[in-house]
Amino acid sequence: MSTLGRREPERREPERREPERREPERRAGRERAERRIPRWQLLLRYLLLLAVLALTVGPFLWQLSTSLKGAGEDIYRYPPSLIPHDATLGNYAGVAKIIPVWDFALNSLKVAVANVLTNCAGAALAGYALARMRFKGRKTALVVFIMAMLVPVESIMIAQFVTMRELQLNNTLLGVVLPGCIGAMNVLLMRNAFAGLPYEVEEAAYVDGANAWQRFVRIALPSVRGTLAVVAIFAFMGAWDDFLWPLIVLSDQSKFTLTIGLNFLHGTFADNQRLVAAGTVIAVLPLIVLFACLQRSFFRGVGEGAVKG
Amino acid sequence: MRTHLPFGPWLFLAPGLLIVAAFSLYPFLSTVAHSFTDARTLTAGQFVGGANYRELIHDPMFWTGLRNSLLYVLGVVPLLVLLPLLLAMLVQRQIPGITFFRAAFYTPVVASVVVVGLIWVWLLDDRGLINALLEALGFGRVGFLSDPWLLLLSAMAVTVWKGLGYYMIIYLAALANVPRELHEACAVDGAGAVRRFLTVTVPAVRSTMVLVAALSSVSAFKVFSEVYLMAGPTGGPGGEDTTLVMLVQQAGTGLSGRVGYASALSVVVFVLTLGLMLLVLRANRKEER
Repeated sequence: MSTLGRREPERREPERREPERREPERRAGRERAERRIPRWQLLLRYLLLLAVLALTVGPFLWQLSTSLKGAGEDIYRYPPSLIPHDATLGNYAGVAKIIPVWDFALNSLKVAVANVLTNCAGAALAGYALARMRFKGRKTALVVFIMAMLVPVESIMIAQFVTMRELQLNNTLLGVVLPGCIGAMNVLLMRNAFAGLPYEVEEAAYVDGANAWQRFVRIALPSVRGTLAVVAIFAFMGAWDDFLWPLIVLSDQSKFTLTIGLNFLHGTFADNQRLVAAGTVIAVLPLIVLFACLQRSFFRGVGEGAVKG
Repeated sequence: MRTHLPFGPWLFLAPGLLIVAAFSLYPFLSTVAHSFTDARTLTAGQFVGGANYRELIHDPMFWTGLRNSLLYVLGVVPLLVLLPLLLAMLVQRQIPGITFFRAAFYTPVVASVVVVGLIWVWLLDDRGLINALLEALGFGRVGFLSDPWLLLLSAMAVTVWKGLGYYMIIYLAALANVPRELHEACAVDGAGAVRRFLTVTVPAVRSTMVLVAALSSVSAFKVFSEVYLMAGPTGGPGGEDTTLVMLVQQAGTGLSGRVGYASALSVVVFVLTLGLMLLVLRANRKEER
């Protein structure tokens, strides 16, 4: 067993006791906190929370409201009203008439899903090798990923664009996906997650004759679901939200992703705020819903140290 | 752990290494190489030595872009170091409903920068909500999107607004490691909230503050989307609001893109980004001594 790498007991411990102990602990903490905060302080806290809530979520609601206001309603009127008087979904149909917004959404979805799959698979594979295997050149491989992480996308995008042209992949969705399809940052995140796992179970499997692939798929991978979820969410968000790279690579309207399509809509119909608002709601709503569904595991994954400095 | 095959690890690493080599490291090297040529999108180009760099120094747009990108760092970074920390302290306590607030404060991070940009263009429009409110309060309308300086400030505000939640989460993780006893001991000694913040919280999360400073200064320096969306593709009237990355995009893309010149700009962006990061990290080390 002298082939084992270094152990990290301090990372291992919380991982192990987490599922059974965390919830009651948290509840106890909550009760303690509630008891200790004086009532006026708690009130002040909630007032501040509500103020920040208005500041962070308010603009989205205003946009939603604008998108629902019918043609008969003056969107510039004073005093402004958040509740549409003449609520309609007509603007959503209107956007679809001017730009193929659903096709754009489908393009974005394709890019985002591809990005999630390639990032999760590629980063997990590489991360596992870097964390759990001993071989010549491991350090070098690690340095390559670190170096790649340090190169800002903005400073290589023209060369990427030229490369895509040479590969004849410019103006294709594949060209949008490829440069970010296995992020160096994700590889390092997965490496940290795998490095934090206890060795014993894998050792047992090794003794039983499980090969590296079997140990990876059956034992290691299921134990890092939290980090994997974080990688997946970031990959989806990154692809769905990206603007600069698709703007450079795509020129044909039929290939546009939502973000590029929206910019186009904004440029062409800058005067019709209702339509632009409807377009932005279409672009942001799926992501907010996705995030709302996954936020529990997301914040837990992040809290476990995935994004810690 | 040993594998059964000697080249096994490399099979695991191959996809990642290939992608990273092909789309990060090779483009980086070719950017440097291109920067010494007069390559265009469709033609390979000849070696021209430092001509691109000389042209760059004499290009007034380069200096405008550099000024704006640096101003962006100066304007955005202090706010992004401090505000998210305060926000994290606000949402740290486990009080009923706090998970909802945390998730809600994160929404601007989740939304695409295009969506965020368009939302704020609508809010800051001459006839938009904020101007309507200002007028009602008797201030008169403000040309947030027409005055070049105000436009830059508005774009900075949007960047800060979008970044708050992201850095809040990073701070939240750091705050979880601050021992509660320190606060309690300090409180027993009669220190008020501000005092406790300065003597307990700030020293405890110092390294995280440096990390946030480094991350936010790098991303502020490379700002593109906010300004592009709010000022238009050419950076407002006379390009007064252009940033460096906007210049790279303008120069290097399209069928007649000047790949050589854009590459020289890219190299400058890279060097300055790296310098900025080292500066932040060094400032920290000096302080620690």
